[in-house]
Amino acid sequence: MKAIVNRIIPFSSVDGPGNRTAVFLQGCNLNCKYCHNPETRVVCENCGICVSQCPAKALTFDRNKKVNFHSEKCLLCDTCIRVCPHSSSPKVREMTAKEVYEVVKHQIPFIRGVTVSGGECMLYPEFLLELFTLAAQAGLGTLIDSNGTIPFCQYPELLRVTDGVMLDIKAFDRTDHERITGFSNETVLENVRFLLAEGKLEEIRVVVVQDLYDARESVSHIADLLSDCKAREDIRIKLIAYRPMGVRKEYSGYQIPSPDFLEELAELIRAKGYRKIVMI
Amino acid sequence: MRKISMERVEETRERILGIIQSPVLTHEQKVANLAIAADSLLEVLDLPEGLKELLEPENGEKCICDLAEGNAPLRPRYIIPDYEKFLREGSKFLQLEPPRDLYEVLNHLLIFYKHVPSVTNFPVYTGQLDTLLEPYIDTVTEDEAKKLLKLFFVHMDRTILDSFSHANIGPKSTKAGRLILEVEQQLEQAVPNLTLKYEEGITEDDFALKAVECALHSAKPSFANDRMFRNELSERYVIASCYNGLPLGGGAYTLCRLILSNIAKRAENIRQFMEKELPCVMEIMAAYMDQRIRFEVEESGFFENNFLAKEGFIHRDRFTAMFGLVGLAECVNTLLEKEGRQERFGHDEYANQLGVEIMDIIDTFNRNHCNPYCEVTENHFLLHAQVGIAEDKGISPGTRIPIGEEPKELVEQLLVISKFHRYFPSGTGDIFPIDLTVHKNPEYVLDIVKGAFKRDIRYLSFYSSDSDVIRITGYLVKRSEMDKLDKGEAVLQDTTALGLGAAQNGKILERKVR
Repeated sequence: MKAIVNRIIPFSSVDGPGNRTAVFLQGCNLNCKYCHNPETRVVCENCGICVSQCPAKALTFDRNKKVNFHSEKCLLCDTCIRVCPHSSSPKVREMTAKEVYEVVKHQIPFIRGVTVSGGECMLYPEFLLELFTLAAQAGLGTLIDSNGTIPFCQYPELLRVTDGVMLDIKAFDRTDHERITGFSNETVLENVRFLLAEGKLEEIRVVVVQDLYDARESVSHIADLLSDCKAREDIRIKLIAYRPMGVRKEYSGYQIPSPDFLEELAELIRAKGYRKIVMI
Repeated sequence: MRKISMERVEETRERILGIIQSPVLTHEQKVANLAIAADSLLEVLDLPEGLKELLEPENGEKCICDLAEGNAPLRPRYIIPDYEKFLREGSKFLQLEPPRDLYEVLNHLLIFYKHVPSVTNFPVYTGQLDTLLEPYIDTVTEDEAKKLLKLFFVHMDRTILDSFSHANIGPKSTKAGRLILEVEQQLEQAVPNLTLKYEEGITEDDFALKAVECALHSAKPSFANDRMFRNELSERYVIASCYNGLPLGGGAYTLCRLILSNIAKRAENIRQFMEKELPCVMEIMAAYMDQRIRFEVEESGFFENNFLAKEGFIHRDRFTAMFGLVGLAECVNTLLEKEGRQERFGHDEYANQLGVEIMDIIDTFNRNHCNPYCEVTENHFLLHAQVGIAEDKGISPGTRIPIGEEPKELVEQLLVISKFHRYFPSGTGDIFPIDLTVHKNPEYVLDIVKGAFKRDIRYLSFYSSDSDVIRITGYLVKRSEMDKLDKGEAVLQDTTALGLGAAQNGKILERKVR
């Protein structure tokens, strides 16, 4: 099973507990205004506009008129991403789950697991199943980082080889969610309940952007979702401050939340019985 | 004792006056430097032929360096007293009975430290503090214990005036060990250096994580691969000075180092380096070390007269010597350039493999060289990857990859390191400044330590890329103190000057942040 891989980070300290190899897949079904890697959203259409503009000649057209990326020549200048009319990236590689696993394996024994993120990695459930089966056989942990729009209940086999899911809740209120991402959050909230019941909810992530929604109210409702559940002590809530780095120009002017505001939100959740709160 | 020229006497007199008049040396630093100047007038060692040309070549490119041990060593370089015995039995010479509570034990140790000589005149080992203090920790309340420990460490930092002074904790968690980490995290001081002896499955994760958090604040403790050290040096080993594995109740007579990068410059090609230049320099350095050891044991009188030996806190037959080296990376690169090859140490398998072959040659030489006074290590020296000194320019410590050339990914750097740490029971280590985001995820660092130690990596140090206390090459220095010295102000600790030199010559502030 193949997936389009945007990037593999051998050692990551921010994609789940401990040291993990993080795999970023290309393509996302949401369009979050504050997305900090918007070039991972759309899959390359092979128009080739970037090929002639690459100063390092790291991009070529192959016989099948597909754009090929030669990473060894890349200068990391991101010209290709800037000139892409589809806001995509040609710096991707189609890889099989086995090929990705070979890259992950190189980090053993320094890592405790692998995290697959995106884009939206649940657009490739069969790839995930195959990759995680290989990783689990080698004793590696397996985490999914997802926007929660694909119902996990439809993938019981994948969940069996998945240690946990780190789920974004972009906003608790449906209209807020629609305004931020272009989509409703019904499935997201169903996924929270489902994953909680399955014991697979590893982390809830909230990007705090005060200009886009009422973070206090949203965070408070999210905390109430799990209020009658003992597991909330073990579930990590990650409060991520909006930052303009990488964000599309038209959305790069939102207010950056202060550390004090994040702490206020953390206190609000703590008061509801949560123990693991991370602010970044 | 051989005669010396009046010219040399005059030169030394000038140097002595310079020391006395120095605006930047503290009183203690002047006294230490005056002693070195006096010692430099002696000629008592039977020096091997060819040594002078390697120690002080006309072109300045030394092949052997004796690390300022002086011409007539009056004591071993590194002394590792058995503090446990001291606390159990007290000391006649120091007129101290065994301590009964935490007040007394800390006071006893502070007294003892002032009587442990070394090449720097400060104790390079201050004890396995967690197990030493654990029996006394409940003689006071926890708050009192913390207050006392704080005073103890502040006292050490302000009176042991260089950071080659090293305390150990671990591998198992203790109340004393946890309090030590807590206090050290708050103090953010350069002295003492601190090592956690770590073994996965023996050291509790929560204790190790506390150590990581402490390291991200105060650049210590470092992590020592307890399993490796125990297998080589037995349970009775310690980590002293920068990161030196040494026998407890003994130490190291001497440490000299091969400057491999300069030896390589003399060679015509790889083969000639391996078959002629390197063996020849190793022979001379080993003979020189033998002479230093002979003088210490047979002539200095140290082991007959010093109370540490007389009362059994150290034993002559638990001393060994450290056969050091620096600049393997530059050595490999120079040799490959001479062969017209492009590969670089740390990046290409061919270059790394050449490094391994060179290390095998040095290791084999050491295994074949015998010294009658190194009984504790089967009459051989121990190899040591020396951390460099301030004047080293373009010479990387031990087998480290040069700063500025570190592989892009940390995993690649670790895989290179794992080929080399196994050669050095008397110490090697690698240092990583860590990005701030890791403060939220200390398990990230612990996972790296666990993996590294499975791959026979021996010793790792981490510090936060923004902290004031940072690890220079093996020792700790405060950035704020280096700034003061750079402006011409006198500073308390000797190691600050070494740190400043290393920052200027060794680019240590430019390490790749992980």
